[in-house]
Amino acid sequence: MKKTILLTAALLASTALSASAETLRWARAGDSLTLDPHAQNEGPTHTLAHQIYEPLIIRDMTGAFQAALATDWAPKEGDPNVWVFNLRQGVTYHDGADFTAEDVVFSINRAKTEDSDMKELLTSIVDVVAVDDYTVEIVTDGPNPILPSNLTNLFMMDKTWAEANNTVEVQDVEGGEMTFATTNTNGTGPYKLVSREPDVRTVLAANDAYWGVGEFPLEVSEIIYTPIQNAATRVAALLSGEVDFIQDVPVQDLGRVANTDGLVVKTAPQNRVIFFGLNMGSADIVNDDVEGANPLADVRVRQAMSMAINRDAIKQVVMRGQSQPAGMIAPPFVNGWTAEMDGSTQTDIDAAKALMADAGYADGFSIQLDCPNDRYINDEAICQATVGMLAQIGITVNLDAKPKAQHFPLITNDQTDFYMLGWGVPTYDSEYIFNFLVHTRGEERGSWNGTGYSNADVDAMIQSLASETDLDVRNATIQSIWDEVQAETMYIPIHHQVLNWGMTDAVGIDVSPEDDPKFKFFSMN
Amino acid sequence: MSDISTKPPSRMRSIWDSDLAYSFRRSPVALVSALVVLVLVLCAVFAAFLAPHDPFNPATLNLMNGFTPPNTNNAFTGDYFVLGTDDQGRDVLSTILYGMRISLFVGFAAVLLAMILGVFLGLLAGYAGGWTDTVIMRVADVQLTFPAILVAMLIFGIAKGITPPEYRDQMAIWVLVLAIGLSDWVQFARVVRGATLVEKNKEYVQAAKLIGRSPLAIMIKHILPNVLNPVLVIATISLALAIIAEATLSFLGVGAPPTKPSLGTLIRIGQEFMFSGEWWILFFPAATLLALALSINLLGDWLRDALNPRLR
Repeated sequence: MKKTILLTAALLASTALSASAETLRWARAGDSLTLDPHAQNEGPTHTLAHQIYEPLIIRDMTGAFQAALATDWAPKEGDPNVWVFNLRQGVTYHDGADFTAEDVVFSINRAKTEDSDMKELLTSIVDVVAVDDYTVEIVTDGPNPILPSNLTNLFMMDKTWAEANNTVEVQDVEGGEMTFATTNTNGTGPYKLVSREPDVRTVLAANDAYWGVGEFPLEVSEIIYTPIQNAATRVAALLSGEVDFIQDVPVQDLGRVANTDGLVVKTAPQNRVIFFGLNMGSADIVNDDVEGANPLADVRVRQAMSMAINRDAIKQVVMRGQSQPAGMIAPPFVNGWTAEMDGSTQTDIDAAKALMADAGYADGFSIQLDCPNDRYINDEAICQATVGMLAQIGITVNLDAKPKAQHFPLITNDQTDFYMLGWGVPTYDSEYIFNFLVHTRGEERGSWNGTGYSNADVDAMIQSLASETDLDVRNATIQSIWDEVQAETMYIPIHHQVLNWGMTDAVGIDVSPEDDPKFKFFSMN
Repeated sequence: MSDISTKPPSRMRSIWDSDLAYSFRRSPVALVSALVVLVLVLCAVFAAFLAPHDPFNPATLNLMNGFTPPNTNNAFTGDYFVLGTDDQGRDVLSTILYGMRISLFVGFAAVLLAMILGVFLGLLAGYAGGWTDTVIMRVADVQLTFPAILVAMLIFGIAKGITPPEYRDQMAIWVLVLAIGLSDWVQFARVVRGATLVEKNKEYVQAAKLIGRSPLAIMIKHILPNVLNPVLVIATISLALAIIAEATLSFLGVGAPPTKPSLGTLIRIGQEFMFSGEWWILFFPAATLLALALSINLLGDWLRDALNPRLR
């Protein structure tokens, strides 16, 4: 009798517990690089920030616009250069402060400063005006029809909090700076930061004062985020029930996870392209064995390298079918993408060798390839395969693979001549790619252009895109820029990624093409 | 009777008759271990002739050969592989042979470095005594409080930072030797110092001092030969440990580069595919490492027992 009561009590206690607290244990290969919401424009960094901070507009899990801190937005009547945003009222930050228009003014201006990695998205903005506490006008240097899509990752910070904690300036990540905002947060988002050890464990708890309570499922009450770089360890953690959700099931283990009771794999093409960047701008480069000249400056060498890469073999063997070979550095989701350009690459070792000989490098040369090992799907294995493929045309490649936290600064600081990079396009428009990757590196644009490519005509065309209202003209300009990029073989495209999210069948969510789970949309059974 | 006194036994004969050789002949474990080590070392030395492919030349790789199971022909290329291929289409057998060469080289070289350093410092500390002894042995004590692998990683990290990137791949092996050698000398120093403390008060050392030989000559010519037995034992066991240390460092991704893999690098590559059914990428290199390290260790054990006068 006593035993039965005890047992019942224990059972009751356990059901009560599981009903009140739904912990989601989440893992992926790499960690967020910083908590400062404007310091890095990088997928995993934004994904974590989206749980804590909020922009004016978000994309929901299907990629469609959804009102967040702004309730509605429209161009101002009578002035096509101004967008008017009406802000959500009654929103508070995690420390209790009210969210008002002056925070929007502060956040956008903060994100426009030089150390910000978001500035390329905001180049067209000349002024931000708080009309009253809940209305903001954004003034652009010409009509900018696509401004809202540039704001979906632009997080709002509390001005008072930033000033009180000396974090008005954006953290200089490339310079190795650490600020209060690197490790502390104060957002309006559905989850609050409880604890964080970078690269080890981050814990978030539901924000009970969130404005969206009742509007979103919000069934996850606690998030434990553990970066697990090693593919086998990550999948073992999912198989053993140590984690509930992994964002990157290794391609070799898809079958195994899908065939395990209680686990599901959900697959969708990702809005992200993987490619190699080449330092074509320098007169001589450091990490090669050619003295006094830069072999990569010769377009024939770049074309030969692109031809030597067997993208189908990479798809077949390294990616096990989970990729789409690419011919341009825009995913098919993006305005400006064409099937013709994307299918333009083909493997031809003999033609590649002939091009190398034409360029005067019949005997090849040696160069270092910098590669991340915890960012993209099988990034290091792709780089290794590339070493073998380039060896066939005489190029000896020294591979240096390292974590993304050390890899990315090489690109933004001009310290690599041959590197792997992946690019997702949250605006779904080519202008985003051009601003970051094609425009001459300068104060406002080109921060991720590590190629040294600089062409004043192309720069002028790129700058015209922001305020061009005639869509046909705009699209024609986009096509001309792409023609130039393709003709120069400025980048060597590899493939478009396919996303494979693995989760227990208790987790209810579909894959988003941006690879950015927003946990407020998750249901837990 | 006369034939005994007329001819001194030949050198080979005297080795064959020695206690050590007798004990070796009588120990099946030692015999088998020595055979395994011999075969593996020969395989590694003659890898260039034995291996069907050259896995260190990336130009010979065909990615389409990737993940071929053992003893099958690849479905696309039709190439045959006895032990299968890894994710890059490298022949596993060839890669093991070449990789073992790196592992063995790093092992031998690191132990040699540790031995020279440790024996010299141990002799010096034991013979000189005083503050020399104190300084050397305190340094040794401090180093002993850190796990050897941590010291090796520290040295590896510093070396990687100061070598220019284009030489890193070539330097990686020497850096491994340095890192493991420098983390391993303490064992030798401690044992040699202890033995030296005992030996230095014996009559033959006193006699050498009396006839005016220099301290260096006394240390090397007189004391060293008498403390060599334990050094040999430690060297053998250290060799197995050094090979495992190299494998561990490479497994952690800080050792031999993936384009020139050692056994540890191969195991690291293989464990990625542990759950997906491609067992051969992990299994064969791991089995080779196990056989190598175990045989050397067993040899070391036997040597320790055979050289221990109390066990005779």
